[in-house]
Amino acid sequence: MSREPVVIRYFAWVRERIGLAEERLALPATVVTAGDLVGWLAERGEAYAYAFEAPGTIRVAVDQLHIEQDEPLGAAREIALFPPMTGG
Amino acid sequence: MDAEPIIVVRVGLDDFDVGAEIDALQAGDPAVGAVASFVGYCRDEGGRLAALELEHYPGMAEAEIGRVAREAVARWPLYAITVIHRAGRLRPGERIVLVAVSSSHRAAAFSACDYVMDFLKTRAPFWKKEHLAEGVDGDWVKAKAEDDQRAGRWGDKEG
Repeated sequence: MSREPVVIRYFAWVRERIGLAEERLALPATVVTAGDLVGWLAERGEAYAYAFEAPGTIRVAVDQLHIEQDEPLGAAREIALFPPMTGG
Repeated sequence: MDAEPIIVVRVGLDDFDVGAEIDALQAGDPAVGAVASFVGYCRDEGGRLAALELEHYPGMAEAEIGRVAREAVARWPLYAITVIHRAGRLRPGERIVLVAVSSSHRAAAFSACDYVMDFLKTRAPFWKKEHLAEGVDGDWVKAKAEDDQRAGRWGDKEG
């Protein structure tokens, strides 16, 4: 099953560690949940391994809605990965 | 409370006029008996900080604050909610955030203001980076467990 490439966006220290604000990636069929995506990205090289060294702390939003790491990505157009939020 | 509550959410670089925003919430409506507000400022952390850099996720930041505001409107009898959150580089003493809520009575206004602030902190996609007084980049501010606990008080699924 081939999937359309999706826009992956990174924020705050995830963005700084990877050195990219966004990229387009075709996700393999094995990446089903948000947690699968974090694990798959962590394998893409040193910078990604550093960004995702504590995978449990990473928050994921699909099409600008928060999801939990055990939830499926579904037919996402845009996926964002970022640290816990510190606004307000 | 027949009319749909008015929700205003603004995210941007510009400062805001607290008095004008509070007046706008009352808007000459004699049914409004209470406006509660919260203003958050950039601190200097005992002289350590020169500035905070606020990064946000454009689009989602506004959407998520809007979702929190709609939950508050569903939970308390409110007339209006205004939330303004600034982005970019802010120096100590500058305003970061305003939450202001109007209702007939103070209890609903206080609670809704508190609720919106709690979930804004834990759900709105903003991140603060410190710039130190010595002119170097500091660290990203860490999320506080205390903020999650405060949000958890409300007994929501998100908490």
